[in-house]
Parts: sequence; structure tokens; C-alpha cells
Amino acid sequence: MTKARFALAGALLALAVPLAAQDTTAQGVHITLQYNVGTRPGVVVLPVAGAGGDSIQTILQRDLDYGDRVNVIAIPDSMAAAVRGGLDSTGKVRTMGYAVFKTLGAAAVIQATNTSRGLHVALHDVARGQVIDVNEFPLPPDSLSRGWRMAVHRVSDEVERWVTGVRGIAATRIAYVRNHAVRIVDSDGADDLTIPMAGAGMSPAWSPDARMIAYSTFGEGSRIVVYTLATGQSRSFGERRNTNVSTPVFSPDGSAIVYTLAGENGSDLFSAPVGGGPAARLTAGGGTDNSTPAFSPDGRRIAFTSGRAGPPEIYIMDADGTNVSMFTDYAFSTRNYRSNPDWSPDGLSLAYQAYQPDSSGVFQIFTMSLRDRTPHQLTSDGENEDPSWAPDARHLVFTSTRSGTKQLWVIDSQSGRLRQLTHGAAMSRLGAWSPRLAP
Amino acid sequence: MQSSRILPAALLALAALAACHKKPEVAPTPAPAPIDSTAIKQHIADSLAMVAKARADSLARAAAEKAREDSIAAAAAQAKMRAALTAMIHFDFNKSDLRPEDQAILDAKIPILLANPGLTLRIAGNTDERGSTEYNLALGQRRAATAKRYLTDHGVADSRLETVSNGEEKPLCTEQEESCWSQNRRDEFTVTGGDTGMLKGSGN
Repeated sequence: MTKARFALAGALLALAVPLAAQDTTAQGVHITLQYNVGTRPGVVVLPVAGAGGDSIQTILQRDLDYGDRVNVIAIPDSMAAAVRGGLDSTGKVRTMGYAVFKTLGAAAVIQATNTSRGLHVALHDVARGQVIDVNEFPLPPDSLSRGWRMAVHRVSDEVERWVTGVRGIAATRIAYVRNHAVRIVDSDGADDLTIPMAGAGMSPAWSPDARMIAYSTFGEGSRIVVYTLATGQSRSFGERRNTNVSTPVFSPDGSAIVYTLAGENGSDLFSAPVGGGPAARLTAGGGTDNSTPAFSPDGRRIAFTSGRAGPPEIYIMDADGTNVSMFTDYAFSTRNYRSNPDWSPDGLSLAYQAYQPDSSGVFQIFTMSLRDRTPHQLTSDGENEDPSWAPDARHLVFTSTRSGTKQLWVIDSQSGRLRQLTHGAAMSRLGAWSPRLAP
Repeated sequence: MQSSRILPAALLALAALAACHKKPEVAPTPAPAPIDSTAIKQHIADSLAMVAKARADSLARAAAEKAREDSIAAAAAQAKMRAALTAMIHFDFNKSDLRPEDQAILDAKIPILLANPGLTLRIAGNTDERGSTEYNLALGQRRAATAKRYLTDHGVADSRLETVSNGEEKPLCTEQEESCWSQNRRDEFTVTGGDTGMLKGSGN
């Protein structure tokens, strides 16, 4: 009993500080959920009381499921009465009610109530038989709106952190290209929309604060366009005769955009201030192609694709263009093609696309740790391209032909679990996963 | 002379009338018709004019026919030049080098470009669907630059040739086989100005 009161007091303390600043380990009052390390804890999301409860329960369950760190346990009909029996008249878990969740294999129970003050959420530790975390999350009044759904995703992500210690990635979006228009879809596949376009668009990229999307246009008047989501305004730069610009990426500090400029003599990477100003050349390709830049999360290095040694390979250089070295191994095959690196947000590895060793001309997604440089093949079904890391450095979005036409898919790099993100007759491709979205 | 002949004739006519009719009437003597030489002259003039007009019409027709033939020939020559200007060149996979067999295609454009200084071209580099979608945008630009460099090396002013890249975004053919991919790895040439009444180049 003393223990439980202590945990509740800690949770109430946590209520007083802003969500973003919360760090329960630093506060020293957080009790970690008890479950076997190396396994996925079973989690039951109880029916949510209050307005929009069914939708909230569905979103919480789906988000936790898509996070791939817990096993979401559905309550079978045969157990529904027993679960109801374990709750008191206000819907709270009775002390003796934990037995039924143990039977279901749950380590944690999520109990949420939608109140006028917001969504009240409690995390029960089934082994201890007590609440170990509680918080109240504001929800916008317009139920099922884009903003409301995103607010529920943020609850999911915090609950995932309560259970596993790692924040979820449900409150994120993926920018991609369909019919040369840049589109944005929520990480669960909902609320797909297009942004106003200035030309035939390719290669969207998020700013570190997720407030802007940069993309390139090709053909006549090729340029880099920077679109601000809140205002709907676009500005563009880099348009020059006899020039194609492509693959813009923001530096992690948000100050610069690095992009590919292909002109009369091959292509090189350039860096331009986000606010406008002259661009500086980073690579000296000498007539070869140097494209698809990706910053390391600390902003100090850039991985990119270069054809300087013949077949396209992945190189790494310092962010100022010095100290270039080949990252992938050219000697691996004479018909190599490795390209489109994306640096994992934890800084530990690169995802990229490569032809399989048999040079079948079909790309697959690989990851390679910067430490041991051993390629790890993630896909093999259909052709798979354009990997982009989720902010958890665990999931990736990529383009796959496995369902017929090119669509976006999400893979959990640890379990290999897949889900299809986009559908339809038109190709969806060039996905870019956003950072976690602030409210 | 005339009156002496008319009289016996008139008498004969009277006798004939008397034999047929109980009340013979004296027929009026017809007035001799005057001879109109002006009308004859006009007739002759008209005939001559008709002949002349027919001849002129025929000549005009022949001239028009010739002009039409000339214009067809000229249009054909223009079309032939336009075809030479827009003829595509192709590339090997992931390469931007000019293939020897495609050099003649560029060579055929040069005299036309040199004879018509107002002529401008847009060169669009394209790739097949293999290779990285994004890297292919750079490759397409490199292919367009290859053709442009060849033409400028042969005296065509830089300012008349604009290069763009479509990467793999505008395929001519979407089958997933080499016969299709090889068609898509190409430079397209579009005449963007100065193509009215092109003059033949000396090399044509």
C-alpha cells in the first residue's frame, strides 16, 4: 500500500510539469513495469469511458500494436464478464481484479477515461497489482478531427514510454509522392492529404521541427521548394538554366538545405541557407553523379550516393565536404548499385537500397551498422526502395512492388513485421518519415 | 444589178400567189440587212481573248500546281529537317556516354542548326525505371549534357540549347524488359523556336 501511494504521488507530481519536460527516471519516482526483459509485455487497453471512447480505445490499441514493442491483448468475449467483474462501478480495477489480466497474459492494463479536462490515463502494473503511472492529456474538442487523432496518438506514444521506456512513433506523419504531388499521411495511414504544388514534385524531406517540407521539381524550371505547413506558403530556390536540382534534405539544426545540383558536368551536393542566400558546393564529383544526401543526426557528417568509382556506391564525408570515404564495399561485385542512404536517428547505422548479389537488377532494402559494416538484408519480396527511418530508429518506411503497383510499406527492422501504409492504383513512393510531432 | 434580179423574182412570186389565192396580196419587199463589221471584229476579238484567257488560266494552273508541288517539297524538306532535329539518341544502362552508332543522329542536326541561327532546342535526358529514382534525375541531366556538349563542340551556340532531366519519370514504354528499357534510356529533342522556313544546311 505504501508503495502504491508513493507511485501515485509521483505521478501527480508529474502532472505539474509540461509533458515534453517529463523525465520520470530523473524524478526518481517512476516504478518500471515488471515483465521479462527481452519479451514484449502483454498490454490490455480497457474500454475507454466517456465521449469518443470506442475510437480512443481503437487508436490506442492500434498505435501500441504498430509500435511493435508490446503485445496488445484483446479481451476475448468469454473473459469480458470476468473483466467487468474486476472493475468497480466507476470502471476502476478492483484490487482483486488483477487476476483476470494475469490469466490473459497481460503485464500492463491501460485504463483511460475521457473527461471534460482531457483524457485521464492510468497504467496498471498487473504483477504488482497497482497503478504505476497516471496522467491527464488535453484533447481538442472536435472529436475524430486530424488534430484530435494526433492528440490521441501522442497519448499512445507516452503510454508506450510508460510501458517500455521508449516513446512511440504514432504521432508522426509520412510525406511521399503520388502522381508527382507531395502528400502527407499519418503514420497509421489516416488523414491522407496533398499539399499545393509548384511543379512536378519529387523527394519530400521534413525540417527537424516538422514545420516545413522541402521537395524538388524536375523538368523545365527544376527547383527546390520549401513549403511551410502552418501558413501554406511556398518559396523556391535553385532554379537555373540547364540544371536539375533534386533530393533536398534539412541539416539537423534546421539552418541549411543540402541538395543535388546536376548541371553541364555531372552532379554535386550543394548547401544553401534555409532562409535564402548563396549555395556552397560540398562535393567535387569531377563529372560523376553525387546525389541523395543524408545527414548524421549530430549534423557533422553526410552520407550520399556517388558514381565516382563507377557503379553507384555510398560514401560518407564531413558536413563541409572534406574527408570523403567509401562506406559500402566496391569490391563486393562489379555490378554493384547501392544508393539512397538514410542515417538512423540513433546514429548507429545506415539504411540503403542495393541490388542483390546476383545483380538481378532488383533493389532490396539493407541496413549496415557503422561499427561493423556488415550488410543486413531487410526485404526480399518484390522490389524495395527508398528507405526512410522512423524517429524510433527501428521502423522504416519504403517503397515496395510486393502488392503490384509501388506502394509505401512499414517494416520493423527488429522483427521484420510489415504493414502496408498506402493503397490504390497510382504509385506511392519516396516516403519520408517525419520527426515526432509537437502539439 | 440587184434590182434587175429582184424584179423577175417578184413577178414569179406574184404569179405563184395568184395561182393559190383568190385575193392575192402584194408582199412587202424585205429591206436588205446591213452588214455589221464592228460585231464581227468584236467576235474575233472575243475569241482571241478567250484563247488568251484559257492560255493564261492554264499557265496559272500550271504555276499553281508547280507552286503547290514546290510547297509540298518545301514542307517535306522542313519535315525532314524537323525529323532530323528531333531524332532521339539512346544510352546504355547507367551510362551517359554517346554511343558510336548514335553519333550520326547528332551529326544530322548540326548543319540544320548552323544554317538556321534562330533555331533553339530543348534536350531532355531520360532513364529507364531501373536504378534509383532519385539518382536517375542526375543521370538524365548528364545524358542531356552529353548531347549538348557534342553539338556545342561542333559550333552550335550554347545559348540555343537548353537541357533538362526527366529521370525515369516520363517513360515511352512501361514493359519490364530490356526491349522497353532500352527505348526509355534516351535524349529527346524538342524544337523550341526559330523553325519557320528553315534553310537547308550545306551538309544536307
